[in-house]
Amino acid sequence: MALDPSFIGRTYPPTEPYEVGREKIREFATAIGDANPAYTDVEAAKALGYPEVIAPPTFPFVITYRAAAQVVNDPELNLDFSRVVHGDQKFSYSRPVHAGDRLTVTVAIDAIKSLAGNDVLTVSGKVHDESGEHVVTAIMTLVARAADQAGE
Amino acid sequence: MTISFDQVEVGTELPAQSFPVTRATLVQYAGASGDFNPIHWNEKFAVEVGLPDVIAHGMFTMAEAIRVVTDWVGDPGAVLDYGVRFTKPVPVPNDGVGTVIEVTGKVAALLDDRRVRVDLLVKNGENKVLNMSRAVVQLG
Repeated sequence: MALDPSFIGRTYPPTEPYEVGREKIREFATAIGDANPAYTDVEAAKALGYPEVIAPPTFPFVITYRAAAQVVNDPELNLDFSRVVHGDQKFSYSRPVHAGDRLTVTVAIDAIKSLAGNDVLTVSGKVHDESGEHVVTAIMTLVARAADQAGE
Repeated sequence: MTISFDQVEVGTELPAQSFPVTRATLVQYAGASGDFNPIHWNEKFAVEVGLPDVIAHGMFTMAEAIRVVTDWVGDPGAVLDYGVRFTKPVPVPNDGVGTVIEVTGKVAALLDDRRVRVDLLVKNGENKVLNMSRAVVQLG
């Protein structure tokens, strides 16, 4: 069943703050094999003008993906997550995430389109710090295959 | 160490890199990212849902691809925008060797305020695994 386009524009309440820890950033940087010292060495990060170690560019997805569960699990939207694949991902940064940030995510449904029988859902997550300043916006496109379409 | 806007032109190539991926890499990334979808670690499950094998997290591939930019520019915070389209999966065999993600990049456009657009080409074997893989980068 196609998703209801009246959900376009629906905005969910901001999430509880996620506190970014130095060791979480180190764990993430290690997992992607990235030895950039700005992720693990406070002095290296300060030399670049940051107050603390910063996180790799795709790290915010750890937080925004969790927040997007509000959409995926919205009983009124009725999205069948077992048919969903990640189509596109974009980030627009005001500044990099750094250790000590307490970040909230405001999730919204930006678009719902039907393409070749598949539902294409665009979900944005606007990330703000404790003082209300914008840090990054993550925009995710989810493609839900039509229910009558056999898996490949 | 910072790249100057005056040093680059349309077509300037960034140093290419190859990123190996094994099953162990995917387990480690699952833990660090919190994405425990079994298609990234359980071969039986992956095959049942129609995939050729366990596949890498798309977000892992996206994380590797931008390293070509951040290693080039030095300051990861110089990345102002970054977007990709996931087009093909990256199958990761359970043979201890795994596979390789190969990334090349070049300056595709000079923008105002000493910014550039970098276009990335991300391949696994013959397959282009990301499409429209682009970053806007602040240069010095």
